[in-house]
Amino acid sequence: MSLAAGPPGFLSPAGVEIAFLLVGIATLAAALVTVTTKQLVHAALWLVVTLGGLAIEYLLLTAEFIAWVQVLIYVGSVVVLLLFGLMLTKAPIGRSPDADSGNRWAALTVAIAAAATLVWVVVDAFRSTWIDLSGAVQGSTKVTGASLFRNWVLPFEALSVLLLAALVGAIVLARPPVTRHRPSKDALRATPPRHGARS
Amino acid sequence: MHLAYPAVLAVLLFCVGLYGVLVRRNAILVLISVELMLNAVNLNLVAFDVWLRDTLHAGQALTLFTITIAAAEIGIGLAIVLLVHRNRGTSDVDKLTDLAETGTEPDSASIAPTTDNTAETAADQALPAGGQTA
Repeated sequence: MSLAAGPPGFLSPAGVEIAFLLVGIATLAAALVTVTTKQLVHAALWLVVTLGGLAIEYLLLTAEFIAWVQVLIYVGSVVVLLLFGLMLTKAPIGRSPDADSGNRWAALTVAIAAAATLVWVVVDAFRSTWIDLSGAVQGSTKVTGASLFRNWVLPFEALSVLLLAALVGAIVLARPPVTRHRPSKDALRATPPRHGARS
Repeated sequence: MHLAYPAVLAVLLFCVGLYGVLVRRNAILVLISVELMLNAVNLNLVAFDVWLRDTLHAGQALTLFTITIAAAEIGIGLAIVLLVHRNRGTSDVDKLTDLAETGTEPDSASIAPTTDNTAETAADQALPAGGQTA
């Protein structure tokens, strides 16, 4: 009786749940390798696996547009930026034994305590909550676009201003310092500009 | 699908990112861990948006905004890391201890700015002495 009428059990063998669990385990393992590997470039490459796994989780939660934005922006540009940053700061290619600082056990204690507390609270709070994925698709491009440009236009435009400010700020920060020293007239006269060259 | 699955996965990803922020020494790896924490929050937002079936789709809109802000943050952060690396020759967060309140003098010779002028360095070294006497 309760099987037919009650809410579905905790481990209902739905295909979506099994897929979510498997992809979640892979994502979590990739995240663990990302924060524990000794090779700096491998950390950025394992981050790709983590972010791709999260994109699959978004797809399983029927948020298609978010998933493709995740692939485009995170996997496509943020990881490339991180790899460029590792390259420009002359990160060592091989194993670097000083990748972790000395406070590993304190960090492990904090992380495990936070994980235990949060998992306990979350499982206790949402023990009997169920996501209904069978209805209309929640996050298709049409639905997301209509909601974004109907209800969220002002934050959207404000974010474009923020992106512009971040772009200008990043350029100003990363630009090499401008030398105020102008070449003297003797140096200019010694090497006259060729015909057609920029004067 | 049970809501506990995405919530627990987000919690665990957040704590993995927290561990990475605390334990990593390279500044870029700290930024990678911050990205993990931001993604955990994004997963929470998407899961709760799908659960609540919000008519405004606030969760997914906020997820898009969070992704945009994270892209801006990683750009500014990498620019700062490059600037620090150019001035100090290192991107090791353990060695950037100019603002530390230790009484003993750290090995400031190895991390001194390479492009400083002598007056600024003298002022920097005179400052903690004056603070101790005051």
